[in-house]
Amino acid sequence: MIVLEVAVFLLVAAGGTAVVLTRDPLDQAIVASFYGLVLGIMFLVFQAPDVALSQIAVGAVALPLMIVLALAKVRALAGSGKDDRE
Amino acid sequence: MSYLPYLVAAWLFLVGLYGIVTSRNLVHAVICLSVVQSSTYILLLAVGFERGGTAPIFLDVPVGTKAVDPVVGALTLTDIVVGATVSALLLALAVQIFKHHGTLDPERFRSRED
Amino acid sequence: MTPTLRRRVFLAAAAVAGGLLLWGLTGLPDYGVYPGPYGDVLNAVAVDERKATNVVAAVTFDYRGVDTMGEEYILFAAVVGVAIVLRAQRGETEQLPDEDAADRRAPGTSNAVRVLGLALLGPVVLFGIYVVAHGHLSPGGGFQGGVLLATGALLVYLSGEYVTLRRVRPVALIDLAESSGAAGYVAIGLLGLAAGGTFLENVLPLGQPGALLSAGTMPLINLAVGLEVAAGFVLLISEFLEQTLVVRRPGEVT
Repeated sequence: MIVLEVAVFLLVAAGGTAVVLTRDPLDQAIVASFYGLVLGIMFLVFQAPDVALSQIAVGAVALPLMIVLALAKVRALAGSGKDDRE
Repeated sequence: MSYLPYLVAAWLFLVGLYGIVTSRNLVHAVICLSVVQSSTYILLLAVGFERGGTAPIFLDVPVGTKAVDPVVGALTLTDIVVGATVSALLLALAVQIFKHHGTLDPERFRSRED
Repeated sequence: MTPTLRRRVFLAAAAVAGGLLLWGLTGLPDYGVYPGPYGDVLNAVAVDERKATNVVAAVTFDYRGVDTMGEEYILFAAVVGVAIVLRAQRGETEQLPDEDAADRRAPGTSNAVRVLGLALLGPVVLFGIYVVAHGHLSPGGGFQGGVLLATGALLVYLSGEYVTLRRVRPVALIDLAESSGAAGYVAIGLLGLAAGGTFLENVLPLGQPGALLSAGTMPLINLAVGLEVAAGFVLLISEFLEQTLVVRRPGEVT
C-alpha cells in the first residue's frame, strides 16, 4: 500500500512537470488529459471516489476538448492571414 | 514519507507558477493554471486522509467503520467542476485576444491604436 | 523586463516562497494521521440524522448547502461569460459548415467512430442520470452526473455532423434548463423558509437510509445541480463549436 502511494505521488509530480514543460498547446492538451487520469487514480488512492469521478469526467474529457476547440479557432483565424483591425 | 503529499503539492504549485511566468502562449498559461489548481486539491485531500480508513460512503459498510474526512472531499469535488468552467472562460478570452491582436504570445501584444 | 531577467527573478522568489511553504506544511500533522474532530463526528452522525449514506454528498448539499449554491453560481456566471465573450462580432457572418466541401482539409469521420459513438450514447446518458439520481446513496451527485450527461452531447457531435448536434440541442431549451437548474436551488432553499425553518433546511420527509427517495431535499438539489451543470457544459461546448465551425470572418479558411 505504501509503495502504491509513493509511486502514484511521484507519477503525479512527473505528470504535472510534463504538462508545464510541453510548450506547444496542442501537445499539451494530450498530456493534460493523461495528467487528469493520473490525478483521478491518485484520488482513488486517497479513498475519495466522488472526487475521482469528478476529476476523470472533467480533466480527461471536458477540459482537453475545450482546449482543442479554442486552438482550432485560433488556427482557422491564423490561416486567413492574421490581425484584423476593425 | 509522511510529508510526501505536501511536497508534491508545493512542487506542483511552484512548477505551475513557473509555467505561467515563462509562458509564450496564452493557452499554455491557462493549462498551467489548471495544474496550480490541482495542487490545492492534493493538499486538501492529504490533510483529510486517515490511513486504514475507507471512503465515507456507508451504503455497504456499517456506520462506525473508520473512514476518511468527508468535508475535504466535498470541498474538492465542486472545486474541480467550477475550475474547469473558469478555464473555459479564460480560453474564450484568449480566442478573442487572438482576434484583436493577431498573436497569442504575451510578449508581442500591441495596442489597438498602433 | 526581458524573459531571462523575469525567469531569474521568479526563481529567486520561488525559492523563498517554496521555503516558507515547506516550513508551514511540515507543521501540519503527519500524513495518514487525522486528528481533527469534524470528520469523525460527521461520519458517525450523518447517516442517522439525514438518512443519506453518502456523507460527502450530505456535507455538500445539506450541511454546507450554502457554499455549494455559491459554487453553482460561479459556474453559471462563467457560462454566461463565455456566451457573452464569444458572441458574433461586427464583421463576422454565420455560415453552416459543409462537411463534404471540395476544399475541406480535415479527413472525414470514419465509420468506426460513428458506430461507436452512437452505440455509447444511450449507456452514457443512462449512466449520467443514474449518477445524478443516486447521489445521496453512492459516489456521485449533481456535479459528476451533469458532466457525464454533457459528454453525451459531445458524442452526438463526434459521431455525426455539427448540424446533427444543432438539431438535437435547441439553444432555447438548453438556456431554459440551465436557468431552471440555477433557480431551482434557490427555490428549494425558499421551501425551507416557507415550511417555517431556515433557508435550505432539510424539510422534506427523510425516509430510510439506502432508499432512493430518502434524505429529504437532497435528491431534489441533486437534480437541480445536475440539470444546471449538464446544460452549462453543453452550452460551453456549443459556444466553442459555433465559433470554430459557424462564425466566419471574410477570408477565413475552415
